[in-house]
Amino acid sequence: MKSYANEETVWAWLDNVKDPEVPVLSVRDLGIIRGVNIAEDGVATVTITPTYSGCPAMDVIGMNIRMALAGRGFTDVKIAMQLSPAWTTDWMSEEGKRKLKEYGIAPPARVAGILALFEEEKSVACPRCDSTDTRLVSNHGSTACKALYQCNSCQEPFEHFKCH
Amino acid sequence: MNQNAHQLNYTLQLADNLLIHAQRLGEWCGHGPILEQDIALTNTCLDHIGAARPLYEYAAEQVNKLTVLERQMLLSSPALEQVFSNGKTASEDDIAYLRDAWDFKNVLLLEQPNDDWAFTMAKCFFIDAFHFPFYKALQASNDKVLAAVAEKSLKEVTYHLKWSSEWVIRLGDGTDESHEKMQTAINERWAYTGELFQESEADIAALAGGYGVDLSLIRAAWNENIAKVFAAAKLTIPTNDWMQKGGKDGMHTEHLGYILAEMQYMQRAYPGMEW
Repeated sequence: MKSYANEETVWAWLDNVKDPEVPVLSVRDLGIIRGVNIAEDGVATVTITPTYSGCPAMDVIGMNIRMALAGRGFTDVKIAMQLSPAWTTDWMSEEGKRKLKEYGIAPPARVAGILALFEEEKSVACPRCDSTDTRLVSNHGSTACKALYQCNSCQEPFEHFKCH
Repeated sequence: MNQNAHQLNYTLQLADNLLIHAQRLGEWCGHGPILEQDIALTNTCLDHIGAARPLYEYAAEQVNKLTVLERQMLLSSPALEQVFSNGKTASEDDIAYLRDAWDFKNVLLLEQPNDDWAFTMAKCFFIDAFHFPFYKALQASNDKVLAAVAEKSLKEVTYHLKWSSEWVIRLGDGTDESHEKMQTAINERWAYTGELFQESEADIAALAGGYGVDLSLIRAAWNENIAKVFAAAKLTIPTNDWMQKGGKDGMHTEHLGYILAEMQYMQRAYPGMEW
């Protein structure tokens, strides 16, 4: 009987599957992997949750996960989409936040919550000079998960991964 | 109509509102007044399409479970029926792309033309102010699919509502010209807001079945929000209470046909085509 990698090993492989929009982050850093299941017959099911409902990166991420597993002996890989509980930036790893900042994107800073969205994001620190004297340029950025900011200290425009 | 029919119509009401609204917002792509707002509308459009997809998938499951007679009583689009005569079952895409206007259950408000920026903001604000309390309540649905979509979408619609409220206030409390344009848009679209709260047979059955939402409570929350934002925007709430209706029953304005002609073109011309 053929033997397959165990779930723990598959989790480790997922460290190398990156978010196509923010390639410094792995899908594990993002906190979108909700489960890995290897059945006895070798069917691998990876359960993911979308960051935003319509995020176009989700299809690419699903495909990349398939390829990562297919390249290591799994012939039957299923990607299950789970909406509830809804993804929150609180699930992003500390390591992920650090990598985001290094990449030039201000990471989500505080604990996310529905009501918090009606308030302005306070003290988003500039990823370049760490100044908190920054201003919101637009709530919407190049992707659904980011807003546009500018630093009043060093003048650098930057993106902020919104608390969600 | 039986329970299956009500459940399908309820799912389609939710999904069609999202898809038709998204299609209209998508028309703004490349035409926004400034880049950031162009992006805001297409971001919002994507959120709605993202929420519509699991609902259409769910609707397809429901359609596939119907008997032939039930299906033909409920849906009268030849292209969709052809899927079944070819021995296949319907997919999420078939439900979105192969139904004709009379099988769509979206409210009339969302199929109206975008017109100018103020008209688009009025429409966005009206529907965002509806979706926010609606999704909040729908989270308690005993239908797991609907509850999950609601939980996910609530976070996104919070952004939408914040954004559209800000625009209504900015234009209403702006220059004389922006105020006049915003008030005109509100007056012109007001008669389409009543349908949001008018209960269809599907709405009544959904509430009784524990998977729907009490629209009278949503109306109260909506009114409160409209009053608050209009006061901040120095806008007047229209007093006419004659309301348009029909969308939830598949009776649409002529605009929907044109939307579908464009949106469904690829699947009609090249059946089963994939990207």
